[in-house]
This record gives sequence, structure tokens and C-alpha cells, in this order.
Amino acid sequence: MSSSPLNILDFEKPILELEAQIAEIKRLTAEEGTDRSAEITALEEHRDRLMAQIFSNLSPWDRTLLARHPKRPYTLDYVRLMFDDYMELHGDRLFSDDKAMIGGIGVMGNHQMLWVGQQKGRDLKDRQFRNFGSAKPEGYRKAMRLMKLAEKFHRPILCLVDTPAADCSVGAEERGISEAIARNLMEMSTLEVPVIVAILGEGGSGGALGIGVGNRVIMLENAIYSVIPPEGCAAILFRDPNRKIEAAEALKITSQHALELGVIDEVVPEPLGGAHRNVEQTAKALRETIIRHLNELSTLTGPELAAQRYDKFRNMGTFLCEELTAVTE
Amino acid sequence: MANTGWFGRKSKNARKIARQTVDALPDGLWTKCPKCNEILFNKELEKNLRVCGKCNYHFKLSAYDRLVFTVDDGSFEEFATELRTANPLNFPKYEAKLAEYREKSGLDESMVVGRAKLAEIPIVIGVAEFGFLGASMGSVYGEKVTRAMETAVAEKKPLIMFCSSGGARMHEGILSLMQMAKTSAAVARMNQAGLPYICVLTDPTTAGVHASFASLGDVIIAEPGALIGFAGARVATQAGLINRPPNFQTSEFQLEHGMIDMIVPRREMKSTLTKLLQFGYREAANVI
Ligand SMILES: [Zn+2]
Repeated sequence: MSSSPLNILDFEKPILELEAQIAEIKRLTAEEGTDRSAEITALEEHRDRLMAQIFSNLSPWDRTLLARHPKRPYTLDYVRLMFDDYMELHGDRLFSDDKAMIGGIGVMGNHQMLWVGQQKGRDLKDRQFRNFGSAKPEGYRKAMRLMKLAEKFHRPILCLVDTPAADCSVGAEERGISEAIARNLMEMSTLEVPVIVAILGEGGSGGALGIGVGNRVIMLENAIYSVIPPEGCAAILFRDPNRKIEAAEALKITSQHALELGVIDEVVPEPLGGAHRNVEQTAKALRETIIRHLNELSTLTGPELAAQRYDKFRNMGTFLCEELTAVTE
Repeated sequence: MANTGWFGRKSKNARKIARQTVDALPDGLWTKCPKCNEILFNKELEKNLRVCGKCNYHFKLSAYDRLVFTVDDGSFEEFATELRTANPLNFPKYEAKLAEYREKSGLDESMVVGRAKLAEIPIVIGVAEFGFLGASMGSVYGEKVTRAMETAVAEKKPLIMFCSSGGARMHEGILSLMQMAKTSAAVARMNQAGLPYICVLTDPTTAGVHASFASLGDVIIAEPGALIGFAGARVATQAGLINRPPNFQTSEFQLEHGMIDMIVPRREMKSTLTKLLQFGYREAANVI
């Protein structure tokens, strides 16, 4: 695999260098017909130890870089791998078809389901086509149209979240990006079918939450879920965008933090080195987790599902209660 | 009910402090309009509900001043006053920030909710306090908004929300984001109960609040010239938005694009709300 330096994170470099070395020895032994398997095994063991060491010490900022990794699998990669069969559906019936918000139907084992999700692009042209994964109002309305379709046919919904933020262009404001997200939050709370949300990469603020109100919310190990990008927080609160590493730390944006704060239900482990090092394995783990949650939710009625989802989000937030004597009711 | 006074003993004091802060002008006699630079005598300005007589600029109001200008005299009864902000993320310097704004504003948080009467109609009302950390929405703000909606449902009353917010309370991280989902879900419950919900967007109403309960009113009103939009000013600048129309993200822009029902000047706010309540409350009474 040829990688441009842009596709490699600093902490990945020593691992990739070792791997290149191993590949070179393997090539030479094949050419020369010699046996250097002991040397290869030693190098591979060294690599595994190095990886374990590096990836057990990732900072929240390192995880941010992994969540945004140019090789990180995107929504459609998972859709192709997780569903036995799938079909894309298009358009919001109001304005257009948002390429940053995709959706359709799919079969996963015994489950017929509806899926929606933000889609990022791989190369420059594709990235622009997908608007960098930032959906416009028509994207959120398309997602809601499809979710209503699922409700009509009593099918569960899978929301795959991967967006830096919702689009904030002039056009998005003109067509009511706030209204579109707000309406999704409200409508999603009342859906009488199971809703599973999986945060795959970047869970960027309101843009992520706009398809994020689920009975179960799961998150890939190296995904992030944040109210603001670390860079933005650093610029506004610390008045210095370079303090992003500190901001990533303070904002508690990792999957482990989200779990501890009660915002998600489960962390789905990624292969050592991140999802991009073994997409198939990641998709398999994700699929198994989704099916397990769907099976668990299958005992609930429609109204029970809506009530469970409402209560789940109703209880989010942390505050204190002071005993007051002056004002009592 | 123990608190029969205007705002309850505790809040009465808070209100006094809030007014003193707002009124702390150089010589206490006049104010310069930030928009047209006109020198305005404070007594006149006060009589004019803090609207510039020359250019119609609407000064920001503290939450309690808003209540004085809006609800029937002596009818406001605050609830959820026992809620206190925590620091769930252990965010650096958050406690100090909170202490600073408690001192400055005389309030415990950036949202005030309670029961009141407007033109004799019993209502639940919420008012955001921009003077407290830019009316950013954290756990307490979200909880208060949600409780206001739940109280409206439980007591079958209409709800009026005077919205304002610079965005999410970053210090509470992802928990502040979740307040968007929580408050929006509570609006669904109001809809199911058939109760009127009126949003009044005041300067500024942006980001997480605009993209949640503030955009879900049965009727949405804005004060003139308010900043209203999804992307906060800083984010919009960072994104380097091109071809921005001159009135971008104002009340007037939102009206033009069909996102609000009307722009109502402050002096007509109470009569407008009364008419809407008379329409909606009757409807609600029939439903229930
Ligand atoms: Zn003026």
C-alpha cells in the first residue's frame, strides 16, 4: 500500500516504518530463496509491542486525529460490509438530494432496516461532492422522511454518524438549518420503532445529534463526540487555537468519556491501530453489536420504545440541587 | 405557597442586583445608543422599554426586567430555583467563571422559569439571561426549560419562552449538547397535549438553542434587529462565509426566509402575546 505522508499520523510512523522493513525482508527472502523467518517474527513481535504501547497511550487529541484519519472507513464502507443487501433512496421531496446525508434500506441478518448517515468523501473531488460530510437542511429533512418511512413499515432505524458539523453556509441558513435539526430532535423522540445510533468517526455537535436521538447510542472506540471541535473551543475559551490538545482533553470527547458521562451505551472496540487497519473486522464488530441491541429492543412495543428514548434523553445533564428555605412551594 | 411577594424573597434581592448592574452607567443619567450614538436619558429609555427612540434599537434586557415588562404585575412565581450548576467535566476554571457571573448578574444561572399570568391568562414562562455567560445552554438551562414544558403539560397551561443564547455551554461539553435533544423532546410532549407554545427570539438567539426548542414554537416571534442563526458569529467568521447578505442572520432575514412568523417591537409584545394566547388557550381548553 503506498501512502502519501498526508495519510499518516505522526504516531503511526514508527509502526509503518517497521512494517515497510518487514515487507522488504519478505520480498528479499522470496527473491533469494533464503530463510529469515526468525528475523521476521522478531520484527513482527516488536511491531505488535510498539503498537500496543502507542495505542494504549493515546491522548484525546490523538483520537481526534484517528477519528478524522483520511483512511478511516466512512458510512458507505460500513453499509457495504454490514448489510447482506442494501439500496439507497434519495431526496427530501422539498428541495434536493443532499449528498452529505445518505440513506436507504438494508438487510442485516434477520433484520430489515432503514439506515441514514453522513457521508464523507475520500479524494478532493469526492470530498467536495459530499460537502466534507456536512449536511444541509435538505439532508436532515431527507433523513427524517426516511425515518418516517421506517416507522410506517414498522422497521428499525440505524443512524450512522460521521460529520464535522452541519453545513452553515448562507443557503443552509436561508433554508432553516436550525429548524431542520430541531425538528429531527423532536420527531426522533417520538418514533415508535427501535432507533440505534452508531457514531463512527466525528460526532460533530448539532450536526451529529440531528440524527443522534436513539434508544441505544453506540460509539466506535476511536470516534469522538463533541459539542464543539477542540480547535474551536481553544479559539473561543482559551483565545488560542493552538491549545487544541488541551481543549480536546478538557472537553472529554472520547468514547470512554461519553460512556462515563452517560451519553452513550457502549463502546465498540476497534482493531489495534484503528478502524482503518482492518475495516472488515471493525464492520463485523459493529454489526454484531447492532444486532444484539436490536434483539434486546425487540421486546418493546412502539409506545414503549418512544418512552424509553424520551426518558433516556430526559435524564441527560448533571446539576446539583440546593435545599432552599426562603422559597418553598 | 410561601412566596407571595413579587419574585420571592431570594429572587427579589437577585433582581435588585441585576438592575443595579444593568443601570451602572457613567453618571447614571444617560445612555449612548450603541447603534445610532444618540444620547438617551435613562428615564426616557426606561419609559420606552429600553428601546432607542431615534433608531428603534432594542437594548438587551435582564431576565427579570423582561418579566416586569411582560407579565401581569405581581403574578410571577419562580420555580426550579434549587438547581445549581455542577462541573461534571471538571473543566478548568469553570467554578471561577460561574462565581464571577453570579456576582455580575445576581442570578444563579442563565435561565429563569416560573408561573405567571399574562392578561389574566395563567401561563408558564421562561426567560434567558444573556448577562449570565452569554445565556449559554448547560445542564441547568436545559433542565429548567424542560421543567417549564413539563409544568405546562401537568397544569395544562400555555408556555412562552423568551429565548436567547450564544450557544452551548462548552464547559459542560457533550452534556450541554444533549440539552438540545432533551428540550426538543419536551416540546413534543407539549404538542401531544395540545398546548400553545410561543417562542420569542431576542438578541442573540444562536447555535444550540436556535437549533432546538427555540425553533419549535407553534408561533415564533422575534424582536427587531436580533441576531438569529445556526452558526455563532465566530463560527460563521471562521467558515469565511461568502456572499453574505447584509441582513444575514437577523430577525429580518429569518422573516424573509419564512423561519419566523413576525417581528414585534417591544412595546407591542404584550398585546401580541395576549392575542396569540387568546387564540391558542381557547383551543387548548377544548382539546383537554
Ligand atoms: Zn439608536
